[in-house]
Amino acid sequence: MLKVENLSVAYGAIEAVKNISFEINDHEIVALIGANGAGKTTTLHAVSGIVPIKSGSIFFDDLEISKIASEKIVSRGLVQVPEGRRIFHNSTVEENLILGAYLRKDKDGIAKDMEYVYSLFPRLLERKKQLGGTLSGGEQQMLAMARALMSKPKIMLLDEPSMGLSPLLVKEIFDIIKDINSKGVTILLVEQNAKMALGIANRAYVIETGKIVMSGTGEQLLNSEDIKKAYLGG
Amino acid sequence: MLFLTYLINGISLGSVYAIIALGYTMVYGIAKMLNFAHGDVIMIGAYIIFFMIYKFNLPILLSIIISILICLLLGIIIERLAYKPLRKASSLSVLITAIGVSYLLQNLAQLFWTSSNKIFPNIISNGSFSFGSISISYLTIITILVCLLIMLVLTLFVNKTKIGMAMRAVSEDKDAARLMGINVDRTISITFAIGSGLAAIASALFCAAYPAVYPTLGSMPGIKAFTAAVFGGIGSIPGALVGGIMLGIIETLSKAYISTQLSDAIVFAILIIVLLIKPTGLLGRKVNEKV
Ligand SMILES: Nc1ncnc2c1ncn2[C@@H]1O[C@H](COP(=O)(O)OP(=O)(O)O)[C@@H](O)[C@H]1O
Ligand SMILES: [Mg+2]
Repeated sequence: MLKVENLSVAYGAIEAVKNISFEINDHEIVALIGANGAGKTTTLHAVSGIVPIKSGSIFFDDLEISKIASEKIVSRGLVQVPEGRRIFHNSTVEENLILGAYLRKDKDGIAKDMEYVYSLFPRLLERKKQLGGTLSGGEQQMLAMARALMSKPKIMLLDEPSMGLSPLLVKEIFDIIKDINSKGVTILLVEQNAKMALGIANRAYVIETGKIVMSGTGEQLLNSEDIKKAYLGG
Repeated sequence: MLFLTYLINGISLGSVYAIIALGYTMVYGIAKMLNFAHGDVIMIGAYIIFFMIYKFNLPILLSIIISILICLLLGIIIERLAYKPLRKASSLSVLITAIGVSYLLQNLAQLFWTSSNKIFPNIISNGSFSFGSISISYLTIITILVCLLIMLVLTLFVNKTKIGMAMRAVSEDKDAARLMGINVDRTISITFAIGSGLAAIASALFCAAYPAVYPTLGSMPGIKAFTAAVFGGIGSIPGALVGGIMLGIIETLSKAYISTQLSDAIVFAILIIVLLIKPTGLLGRKVNEKV
């Protein structure tokens, strides 16, 4: 579904992502784990087309997308739930969801998906007319995911959905990610919380200072001594 | 009773400021820049109305509509050629460019149409309504009504339409808006188009009250409207209305009761005091700082 080949991204002279390659197959959950500053967010932004790439290629359903506009990428079915949620604080919950479906024209489909995301996140339904900025951190994460789902994606990139949430909420969010995946949406999950991410991922890549240093199935990495030491606290 | 007449005239003058202030405030809200050339779009709008009526003998309303359309296009072109290439530049470069565009428009007007005054046609009949001892001109009433209508339509547009929602999203977080599939450049273009179209409406109302057209015509109402936008809280649409009307009232009352020469000084002194007490303006809110 998504194939990144020899991708490099630089901010001026600083190369944040160095020649990385990875691949995500249809219906998989793939995790990309790494410490703060490793280049995870930069990678996702490059895939979504909001930072220019330096070299390499990105294929989405066999189409090279590294040079096409971000809105075209969204309309083809690749959506991102950005780090820090980035919901629209001055818009209501409902307006955030409408914006998530910005490029869609199928009114009936949008209405159906609105129902679907409200059933996935009933708390959002209760807060439908509230401004996004008044939601708690967990609710904002839910809204960010619901907003992304409104684009009817084939693949969803999630950037640190567990950040700043209580363990209980993290579990709830991860259960919903699995549920979304089971409905046919492919997932690329970026996390610092390696344990949780590897727990639900089919496969995973480890990124360190802009390079992919290891890959394998979720289980393989969970049992790897190096990973235990570096990311799982011994 | 004279006071009431002054007050209503002040509201009317303020309505023109409010319409112009919308252009500053919407562009600032979305592109985070001060478009100092906005006042000069008013000037271009006035010349177009003048020529449509006198050179081409077109009806008044049609002339105004053509002026709106041309200004709207001018707004898009200015943004495209002058500001879009600077999207990632420092705000100082953008500001200097805006001042440059302002001078360019003024000098082009001087080149093509000379610096001598042209007398703006009488577009609204001279009559007036009388309520007891108060008499209010048609122009005054029409100006206030047009302003209220614009505010109403614009508020509905921004709050209820998808493009309006996208505009609010872009003004809050451009990258997040892009991730939703919103075309940020197009949204900015639309904002410039709306602001510049409104400037053409303002030029009709302003020149109906002060019927002289000349290349620097837009400077004074431009700077007053900019002040009104800051006064009300830059970025806020209701702020533009409140700021514009307040400014119009203060200016008119100062002229009537204090001094014609000092009225502008009084306006700016009050602006400074308001900003000292509330730096975001009367209705402005703090911008959400992103981490
Ligand atoms: N807008 C930017 N300008 C300059 N450097 C940046 C920018 N964004 C990120 N970086 C740098 O790029 C590197 C990778 O950052 P990022 O992709 O955000 O990492 P992660 O998401 O893994 O924490 C870091 O060294 C960071 O400081
Ligand atoms: Mg990150």
